[in-house]
Amino acid sequence: MAHNTLKAAADAGEISFHVIEDDHHGDHGHASDGGTMLGFWIYLMSDCLIFACLFATHAVLGRNYAAGPSPADLFDLRLILVSTFMLLFSSITYGFAMLEMAKNRLPQTLAWLGVTFLFGAAFLGLELYEFSHMFHEGATPQRSAFLSSFFTLVGTHGLHVTIGLLWMIVLAVQVWQRGLIPENRRRLMCLSMFWHFLDVIWIGVFSFVYLMGVLP
Amino acid sequence: MDLTTLIFGRLTLESFPFHEPILVATFLVVLLGGGALVGAITYYKLWGYLWREWFTSIDHKKIGIMYIVLAIVMLLRGFADALMMRLQQAMASGGGEGYLNSHHYDQIFTAHGVIMIFFVAMPLVTGLINLIVPLQIGARDVAFPFLNNFSFWMTTAGAILVMISLFVGEFAQTGWLAYPPLSGVDYSPGVGVDYYIWALQVAGVGTLLSGINLVVTIVKMRAPGMTLMKMPVFVWTALCTNILIVAIFPVLTATLALLSLDRYVGTNFFTNDLGGNPMMYVNLIWIWGHPEVYVLVLPAFGIFSEVVSTFSGKRLFGYTSMVYATLVITILSYIVWLHHFFTMGAGASVNSFFGITTMIISIPTGAKLFNWLFTMYRGRIRFEVPMLWTIGFMITFVIGGMTGVLLAVPPADFVLHNSLFLIAHFHNVIIGGVVFGMFAGIVYWFPKAFGFKLDPFWGKVSFWGWFIGFYLAFMPLYALGLMGVTRRLSQFEDTSLHWYFIVAAIGSLFILGGILAFVMQLYVSFRDREKLRDTTGDPWNGRTLEWSTSSPPPDYNFAFTPVVHELDAWWDMKSRGYKRPLSGFKPIHMPKNTGTGVILAGLSIVLAFALIWHIWWLAVVSFVATLGVSIWHTFDYNRDYYIPADTVTEAESARTKLLAGQVV
Amino acid sequence: MFLASHQIHSAGSMRARDVTGKRSLFVVCLTLLLAPLLGGCDWVVMQPSGDIAVQQRDLIVISTILMLLIIVPVMALTLFFAWKYRSSNKDADYAPDWDHSARLEIIIWSAPLAIIIALGTITWISTHKLDPYRPLDRLDASRPIPAGTKPLTVEVVALDWKWLFIYPDYGIATINELAAPIDVPINFKITSSSMMNSFYIPALAGQMYAMTGMETKLHAVINKEGVYKGFSANYSGAGFSHMYFNFLGQSQDGFNAWVEKARATGANLGRPEYLEIEKPSVKEDARYFGKVDPALYTAILNMCADPAKMCMSEMMHIDMKGGAGVESHHNRERLEYDSRRAGEPPAAGHKEGETHSDKTDTPDGNVEIEKPAGHHHH
Repeated sequence: MAHNTLKAAADAGEISFHVIEDDHHGDHGHASDGGTMLGFWIYLMSDCLIFACLFATHAVLGRNYAAGPSPADLFDLRLILVSTFMLLFSSITYGFAMLEMAKNRLPQTLAWLGVTFLFGAAFLGLELYEFSHMFHEGATPQRSAFLSSFFTLVGTHGLHVTIGLLWMIVLAVQVWQRGLIPENRRRLMCLSMFWHFLDVIWIGVFSFVYLMGVLP
Repeated sequence: MDLTTLIFGRLTLESFPFHEPILVATFLVVLLGGGALVGAITYYKLWGYLWREWFTSIDHKKIGIMYIVLAIVMLLRGFADALMMRLQQAMASGGGEGYLNSHHYDQIFTAHGVIMIFFVAMPLVTGLINLIVPLQIGARDVAFPFLNNFSFWMTTAGAILVMISLFVGEFAQTGWLAYPPLSGVDYSPGVGVDYYIWALQVAGVGTLLSGINLVVTIVKMRAPGMTLMKMPVFVWTALCTNILIVAIFPVLTATLALLSLDRYVGTNFFTNDLGGNPMMYVNLIWIWGHPEVYVLVLPAFGIFSEVVSTFSGKRLFGYTSMVYATLVITILSYIVWLHHFFTMGAGASVNSFFGITTMIISIPTGAKLFNWLFTMYRGRIRFEVPMLWTIGFMITFVIGGMTGVLLAVPPADFVLHNSLFLIAHFHNVIIGGVVFGMFAGIVYWFPKAFGFKLDPFWGKVSFWGWFIGFYLAFMPLYALGLMGVTRRLSQFEDTSLHWYFIVAAIGSLFILGGILAFVMQLYVSFRDREKLRDTTGDPWNGRTLEWSTSSPPPDYNFAFTPVVHELDAWWDMKSRGYKRPLSGFKPIHMPKNTGTGVILAGLSIVLAFALIWHIWWLAVVSFVATLGVSIWHTFDYNRDYYIPADTVTEAESARTKLLAGQVV
Repeated sequence: MFLASHQIHSAGSMRARDVTGKRSLFVVCLTLLLAPLLGGCDWVVMQPSGDIAVQQRDLIVISTILMLLIIVPVMALTLFFAWKYRSSNKDADYAPDWDHSARLEIIIWSAPLAIIIALGTITWISTHKLDPYRPLDRLDASRPIPAGTKPLTVEVVALDWKWLFIYPDYGIATINELAAPIDVPINFKITSSSMMNSFYIPALAGQMYAMTGMETKLHAVINKEGVYKGFSANYSGAGFSHMYFNFLGQSQDGFNAWVEKARATGANLGRPEYLEIEKPSVKEDARYFGKVDPALYTAILNMCADPAKMCMSEMMHIDMKGGAGVESHHNRERLEYDSRRAGEPPAAGHKEGETHSDKTDTPDGNVEIEKPAGHHHH
């Protein structure tokens, strides 16, 4: 047999030019789980660049009120603080879900996902309330460059949270259907990265847009 | 809002350019040609074959080939635009108005730029990387095979949108980067800019995902033993290019998204009024735009490195400095963008900074040229067609590099900016660098992809057509730039320039000859494929792993994953008397084909079309459908299969016989 | 002398255009062959008439020569190696495994580095010296600015698709014609009504963008009498090809006479007239205004030539004070600017449609950018 010959040759100190693969483990043909995590990480970095552009745009346009309302006129920091904590809590509860996943406990994992969803939805609800309040005051995205960039930056984050919530529903159904199989664990890990990423972005939004906006 | 508007948005019968004879004629030609093609496919019952074996394929080789086919088709369109511009300028510069009004001409130069960069150069680069990189790193596919298929179809969807704009409505009349305020809704209220935005956004999704995919592929899936410093130079350049893609395309996406918000929602990012700032757009678009040039040219540098080493029969000179040069270029390309608008009034220190960073890029680029030069030194140079392109490149590219550095000197740029000198410069580097590189790559790797070489005679005709055509078409433009002629003019008052434009037009005819000769080369090679057949898998006496497998490679690329010990892995194997294994084959784990990519891209076209024409109900329906199909796709867990060991054994035995026949 | 000129000469220096097509062809071939070497021909960028442009030309020549030091050897070596080491030349050395030489690699990195260090130094110095915002310190290489020289100020407004020049010192304005006395420093203040254009007179000095609501600056001097070409060097829409003007470099007497000619027209340029002129049009003939509203340029720059609009300066002042609060909806309308032309009839002057064999032209002869095929109307 050729591969026996090759093994023999390798033993004899000669160089081997290919891997002798086992029947079902020769997975060099496609990326292992680590590949997916790396790929998703790179995607998150590219998404981070989109936010970087929006932050940069806000840095340039954020004080162009067009003789209209400014952050001090519009932002209610207490409300923003509450919604910030909603998002931070949701990150912590997602962490609990991952801990349960590591212990291979399906119902607990799903339960913590549910709690995470509720916190995320609460954050989104507060954001929508804030937006509708501002619209009501005539502070629409069309009013000034400041408001254009404000609504776009915060709204893009909110859109990401919405996608995250939708993803959470779909994934919960899949986990419920198929259990904590490797594919689903991988997906939960990806959503975990995505969710924490949104938290990090929000910290930027909170300090850069809201706090610094209200400061004189 | 009346019912027609509700159903059709702003699409009316007048949106179809029946009154434009040129467009009607073009449409008829496309209709006849397309009809003939569809008829032929139907007659020969090829639809099923195309769907199963190509459209739904997740095989990186087939996807690579489809990218290249897309690029060649779009090259014909983009080049037709170029011919029309050359003809208009040649006519109008002699007095009179030519045959195109500004409405028409302005669309043509915009479409030419967009098509050539996004739908010719980019698919060529991505296609060749897709086709070759997994083979060069000893992998069986890319990291995310389905995403690969999806990326291709999204790129195609963008191209289709640009083509639709030819016959339904109009394309942008803004120049290929669509600077506001001109591209804002108040100054360009039509559908042209919307076609531009959505074509690029749809294609951009594909480009970004393919960038992520290929980075992960190169980082994670190299054969055992292939350390970073044992990767072929083409793989290095592919890695850097895809890292750049991931780092810059989000910027384009964000910038175009803000422009579309200005146009659709009425925000004030880039408007003159209400606090908007058009200069912000110019900065953002060039933060994407300048590295984009390196996205295109780095893989070309990689191809030249492979070609010059193979056809000189020598190891590449200065591999390490080649790698570092590539990395330095990658990083520096991100901090030079401002040189595209020295004339916007930035201070002298800012301008000098960006001018000097631009010049610094020429140091690693110069080092690369010297490396190729010293690879030829004491070699045995075979002047096969890929090598011709390479030498043509080395001669031509240095001129473009020189004029580029010249334009990086801010006070010199003040007189040359936006002139035909600039046009000549970037065509000099893009044709002389990217296009020559891609042709070298296509001719070089064609036998690997299809199992037979391309006919060398027509290849040489094609090369000389392009080479002579380039000089005839663009040297007059350098001269015209020095006479103070600016770009994007469709009318001229000074008839003394006429002859320069005539020469440039003749040059474009030479390039046309080069393109037709390439098409002829494909035909002749297909006709004579038995005579040109490559039975060895290694027709050029190559050095890297793609030449170790058969031509074309089997679906699984390598029966056994190779182990790498040296830089030029295949050369090393050959020189150490490597023996191909003849038995002991195992089942091979492979991904399954899927039609989801085609469906999602199709829905994206519908969504984009609905958004362009303000057909809101259709936009909602197609958006929900896109989301639904995406979610539905994630419920499919059964995406892999095993190629049985018997099938592998059969394929490998066939190759054994072929190789034995070769020896006899 | 070559006819390949983009420069129009005044009657005094006008050369007869007696060259036949045959000779032109010869000239084209010759110029193509000599393209990089032709500094002395009639190419306006290479043979300008203003000191700034002359220095910019010198910079092009010096940089090119510096780079040719490395480009020419590379090209020669490429051809030489390709010929010498062709596979049929079995006499040539063949070293298939030779891939490294520390000495060579030091040279191939340091040679370009040396050139770029030289060029970078030149760039840093010249960019500061030729900064368009920097007032001039000389008339030309041999003449400093005489004491007491008062520079000429010209306010430049890029309109769709024509140029407006205001002379605040003389109280006159022109459309599509610019004049300046030779050897007098000119301070240009540049803005635009809507599009981004680029103000460029190759014979005089490099270009500078013209942008709405912003002012850019350019300092230059013309040293030779003549009629030179000026134009927009940044694409700005349908009428862009026609957006050029004549620049008259004149003796002081000639310039004074030109100013008098403009004054004699008696035409007035106030805000209402400006709002008419500002509407898109192409192929406008040169026009003169003997009287100009002295506040007009500032109003244009602040996007408030229309008295109903709030000026940018006022808006920026309010913004600096922290905005105007939530009860400020009325300000929005006063700040809308880009949409001001929507639905307006086309402007005076020649219409784009009349200048082309234009099949897409609408029956009422509108300028194309306003009603392209398939557009909806606001």
